[in-house]
Amino acid sequence: MKIAVCVKQVPDTWAEKKLTDADRTLDRESADGVMNELDEYAVEEALLLTEASGGEVVAVSMGPDKAEETVRKALQMGADSGIHIVDDSLHGSDAIATSLVLSKVLADKGFDLIIFGSESTDARMSVVPAMVAERLGVPQMTFANKVEVAGETLKIQRQTEYGYDEVESSTPAVVSVVEKINEPRYPSFKGIMAAKKKPIETVTVADAGVDAGQVGLAAAWSQVDQFSERPPKAAGVKIEDDGSGGVKIAEYLSEQKFI
Amino acid sequence: MSLLISRRDLDFQLYEWLDVESLTSRDRFGAHSRETFDGLLDLSEQLATEYFAPHNRAGDVSEPTFDGERVTLIPEVGEAIQAFAAADLLAAPLPEDQGGFGLPGTVYSACMMLFGAANAATAGYQMLTLGNARLLLAHASPEQVERFVPPMLAGRFTGTMALSEPHAGSNLADITTRAEPQPDGTYRIFGQKMWISGGDHEMTENIVHLVLAKIPGGPPGTKGISLFIVPKYLVSDDGSLGERNDVVLAGINHKMGFRGTVNTAPSFGSGAFSPGGEKGAVGYLVGEPHRGLAYMFHMMNEARISVGMGATALGYTGYLKSLEYAKDRLQGRGIGEPPESPQVPIISHADVRRMLLAQKAYVEGALALGLYAGRLVDELDSADGEDPDDLQLLLDVLTPIAKSWPSQWCLVANDLAIQVLGGAGYTRDFDLEQHYRDNRLNPIHEGSHGIQALDLLGRKILGTQGRGLMRLLAEMNTTAERAEAAGGEAAELGAQLRASATRLAEVTAAVGTLPDVTPMLANASAYLDAAGHLVIAWLWLEQYLAAVGKEGAFYDGKRQATRYFFRWELPKIQPALDVLASGDDTTLAMQEDWF
Repeated sequence: MKIAVCVKQVPDTWAEKKLTDADRTLDRESADGVMNELDEYAVEEALLLTEASGGEVVAVSMGPDKAEETVRKALQMGADSGIHIVDDSLHGSDAIATSLVLSKVLADKGFDLIIFGSESTDARMSVVPAMVAERLGVPQMTFANKVEVAGETLKIQRQTEYGYDEVESSTPAVVSVVEKINEPRYPSFKGIMAAKKKPIETVTVADAGVDAGQVGLAAAWSQVDQFSERPPKAAGVKIEDDGSGGVKIAEYLSEQKFI
Repeated sequence: MSLLISRRDLDFQLYEWLDVESLTSRDRFGAHSRETFDGLLDLSEQLATEYFAPHNRAGDVSEPTFDGERVTLIPEVGEAIQAFAAADLLAAPLPEDQGGFGLPGTVYSACMMLFGAANAATAGYQMLTLGNARLLLAHASPEQVERFVPPMLAGRFTGTMALSEPHAGSNLADITTRAEPQPDGTYRIFGQKMWISGGDHEMTENIVHLVLAKIPGGPPGTKGISLFIVPKYLVSDDGSLGERNDVVLAGINHKMGFRGTVNTAPSFGSGAFSPGGEKGAVGYLVGEPHRGLAYMFHMMNEARISVGMGATALGYTGYLKSLEYAKDRLQGRGIGEPPESPQVPIISHADVRRMLLAQKAYVEGALALGLYAGRLVDELDSADGEDPDDLQLLLDVLTPIAKSWPSQWCLVANDLAIQVLGGAGYTRDFDLEQHYRDNRLNPIHEGSHGIQALDLLGRKILGTQGRGLMRLLAEMNTTAERAEAAGGEAAELGAQLRASATRLAEVTAAVGTLPDVTPMLANASAYLDAAGHLVIAWLWLEQYLAAVGKEGAFYDGKRQATRYFFRWELPKIQPALDVLASGDDTTLAMQEDWF
């Protein structure tokens, strides 16, 4: 079984994220880049599937030069090889363009299974897996908390608000996973050493057969018009409990639209 | 941003200043690159954050207990030990032909600082185990190595160093633990040890004690001390665990800090167990009889640098936590601002900045010292026995400073961090009071501050007829020349360093020509203080030079901390040197009954 696992480099989850003044896109210098947390679960699931049934895992990432670190992280965890889609024209691409480029590359390489994390911590749209499935014309088996593959049959448990749905499809297919599916492994130092020797193929937009005019900020369907710094931390509200503290807290939370 | 150690600073010191990547051109480190270095730093930060930091407070509050038979620790300690081993972190710094991955020690010690900052007490078990394994790899027989080292590297066994006894700590010549030879070539150990960290627990399958003991009939004093492997459970030829050895605890010690590292008083051969139906704890001689202390000190030199790095780690994380607090905490207003104006973060206040800048100067200076020493170890380890630049001499003279200066001044940094938080810093709601208590150990263990001072002045300076100091001063002179060539402020700093170094050389020469240097050893701690501050000033100038021509807040911060150290700290060496130059005997002349 040949599995592609799509991994994205995002700003460190706990860092304060900034946009650039120039074009209001993410300021990648302002925070360390890390592998999107849910993508670690996707890598783990791909590794578990191939460890159980054989096959290979290819880590695929689209992003600037620095995003190679994230491909390398997947290789350190145990993926066999990597593909890094890197091209200046991709800067500022939206989900539609991202799915276009990814689907072209994935179709070209041919995979039995394509696994994503169900969302990224920076954009949080959860749409790229579905878009890629649509573009490839394969089943979208999204929000999986369990994945089983038997021959050419794929079964997942799709996480829902009330429990889960059991969904079955044929392969090839696109799967997105939620954090309940497994516990991602840490790379070992042995894995870090081994990753040095694993190949990473670099792919440009032209290599993918995509017109540069279809991607990037100018082609994006949504753009940031303006933004402002988060206001400085204000003093909190102190509620004295004279017997009605609970009600006052509830009222406050309601005013703030938390409840 | 991580509040353990600044990764930006680690990157600066490792790559921009010390150029550790150049080590990869040497055979010993040839399998590595920036990628593997960064990979292990990333992994260490992740494991430290997720497996070590979360139970730092719990390990302090729920300190180990002993019910007369068993020691109980919180389970998170065992989980952390297993995660550490599973990531190959115990094997990482060992040479490849010893089952390791050949990582340079400089990079490894940077990684270990992250664990020390996250949870010094839990990290203590790993450091002890690694020290134990390294000693066996250096001096034990192949059979002994095969039996005990792989399980340690795999996280199945932990290790201890059993040196001190209730009546013999700093003075090991007086230990009384004895090792009785047996017909089968093993020994039976009888005696009581004290202050033994990790001496008992049930987190791993077995514990490997390295015990100093005397074989009856051997030479007196330190020349009659031998080293023995004494496992808690005997290990069969096939590696399986056998009988319980006669090692039990008389009790555990309750400490001010480092509480999660269980500190024990183990008894060997007390009769609680009778392995093989005989009295005594079974021990296996390491190397040759009567050479135990030499073997132990081989490991102790690197352990001393590690203690300094551990002190730095605690100082560093305290600095970052107080810095974060100072940026966030609103209190007071600028001078002349109206009362109705908003309050300002306390970092706006000059005295808070002073305390933060002092911490920055201490902890980043101490980090530079530890990494520089690590770089020297790497160069020596990969030099194929040649040492044309007398690097061993340089390392020897720096080792007591690398142990003591961070232990002393990073504790001051923790004190200042508490002060930045004010009343909040004095509460247990914040980590700082624990960091201070944990760090207070470091001037005491692995040779106290006073012993390091005697080692520096007596053995490393006077004992080498000044060669050690000359080697160190030559290195400072080279830095001063580079600074002077850079011109401007760098040249001024270089001149100040040169003047201070010359003064130390003059005072040392004066001390060295005294007919009896014994009175001067009474002032050895003043010498250590002065030499330590001079070394840190030198390493700040090195960092300043590494930042020349580079712009941005990070480099501006490096330059300002250098200025601080040269203006506020370096001048402090003069009073200490005055005391030494005057031949002052005030402390020596003080009589016991005058107290």
